[in-house]
Amino acid sequence: MNEHVIETEGLTYVYPDGTRGITGVSFKMVPGEAVALVGANGAGKSTLLQHFSGCLLPTGGTVRVGGLPVIKENLPAVRRAAGMIFQNPDDQLFMPTVFEDVAFGLRNLGAPEDEIEPRVMKALEKVGAAHLRGRQPYRLSQGEKRAAAIAAVVALEPDVLVMDEPTSNLDPLARRRLIRLLGTFGHAKLIATHDLDFALEVCGRTIVMHGGTIAADGPSAEVFRDAALLERCGLEPPPSFGPRR
Amino acid sequence: MQTIAARTFDIGYMDALAGGDTALHRLDARAKVVVTLLFIVFVVSFGRYEISRLTPFFLYPVFLVSAGELPAGYLLRKALAAAPFAFFVGAFNPFLDRAVLFHLGPLAVSGGMASFLSILLRFFLTVTAALCLVALTGVNGACAALESLGVPRVFAAQLLFLNRYLTVLAGEAGRMARARALRAFGAPPPGPSLFARLAGQLLLRSYARAERVYSAMLCRGFDGSLPLPGRSAFGRRDAAFVAAWAGLFVLFRSVDVPRALGILLTGLFK
Repeated sequence: MNEHVIETEGLTYVYPDGTRGITGVSFKMVPGEAVALVGANGAGKSTLLQHFSGCLLPTGGTVRVGGLPVIKENLPAVRRAAGMIFQNPDDQLFMPTVFEDVAFGLRNLGAPEDEIEPRVMKALEKVGAAHLRGRQPYRLSQGEKRAAAIAAVVALEPDVLVMDEPTSNLDPLARRRLIRLLGTFGHAKLIATHDLDFALEVCGRTIVMHGGTIAADGPSAEVFRDAALLERCGLEPPPSFGPRR
Repeated sequence: MQTIAARTFDIGYMDALAGGDTALHRLDARAKVVVTLLFIVFVVSFGRYEISRLTPFFLYPVFLVSAGELPAGYLLRKALAAAPFAFFVGAFNPFLDRAVLFHLGPLAVSGGMASFLSILLRFFLTVTAALCLVALTGVNGACAALESLGVPRVFAAQLLFLNRYLTVLAGEAGRMARARALRAFGAPPPGPSLFARLAGQLLLRSYARAERVYSAMLCRGFDGSLPLPGRSAFGRRDAAFVAAWAGLFVLFRSVDVPRALGILLTGLFK
């Protein structure tokens, strides 16, 4: 197996209308590593994330997931290696019940029918949502939806979890539960977030995006202590660092 | 605003009813779908002036409501909510077809009036039967049954998605209506032009959401075919349910039951 779960080299994406999404992005992630991706709105975080699931293909440079180059031919394997968790769980939970939604990916992967139930239940238990199995997704609270969305991806046993704003719309208790839950996962995690305290707690390493490029990449605490860098990139130090002077 | 919120909640109520545990709920979804389709075919197969011969068909929805322990008042309100469509389909018949068909005491009933009444009856029967089917089977079960009965998977999947995202779109519409109301300051309800713009916005938002949902599906290995929920085995009880109702429908279609009953009763009391 390749020693990097994610590897980008000079990754560039230009939208069809000519807008530059990201330019020359290069970084690597090793198995089990948790990396936060932070930056102001429009910094290129979502554009970058979409490359790891093959929803966007690079217009320049390369991107590899689980050792495989992200090209059209490899998309099924790439999508199995990188489990994408969307910002809005309503975009992700489309089946009529939580059970069916978690089973959706497994069925698409061709898992035998007798394996589906135990694997679904294992994933639901892992996120503490086994009691939701027969519930309709649109009737769940935001925290429950988030847990179900994570279970739907974890059931596929990906190498890396790619998460877009996982704490958005969560109340403090649900946010705390999510932090605890992510701490129990051994997967590599790449998390785009505006919640810098969350990034500090969950991710040992932070990448700061600015104007479609990487402005900084290093240990989270170190990055967040660099007030000048944060200001230049349109960010503020995490609230836990004390009031801003 | 509250109406939209209440209706949003209401959409899931039919699925909640399908979680019941009566003998009808436990029947295979395909049996219920087949009988309901047969019911609809038989009901619409009568001539356009037919009224009395449709009445025995009320037995089917009444049976489903009572044996399935469904809330009759709720289903009735649902059926009546859709009644204006049927009303407008036949509303002009009494003006277009004035030939007297029969006399009801002193009242001369024209062909238009009879056909109008017949349309309303058929509408009411078929809609209540369809509502009972959803309330006993759930949209998911009905979609899976349709798919296993040969309906193209893409249509079954579309129905499934429609049901799933109706609540989300209704929520979106509710938020837009609330945002308008909060800044309306007592202005009259939206006219056609504002309504059209709101509907356009809703369409654009739905389109954007559809793109995101599709991306989420691709990320979990979607390749064009949607794996619908698994199905149960079609047993003897299911076959008996289909056979019994199919037999009754054939009887109702081939024999004028109200007339036969009338002859029998008048003979008894002579």
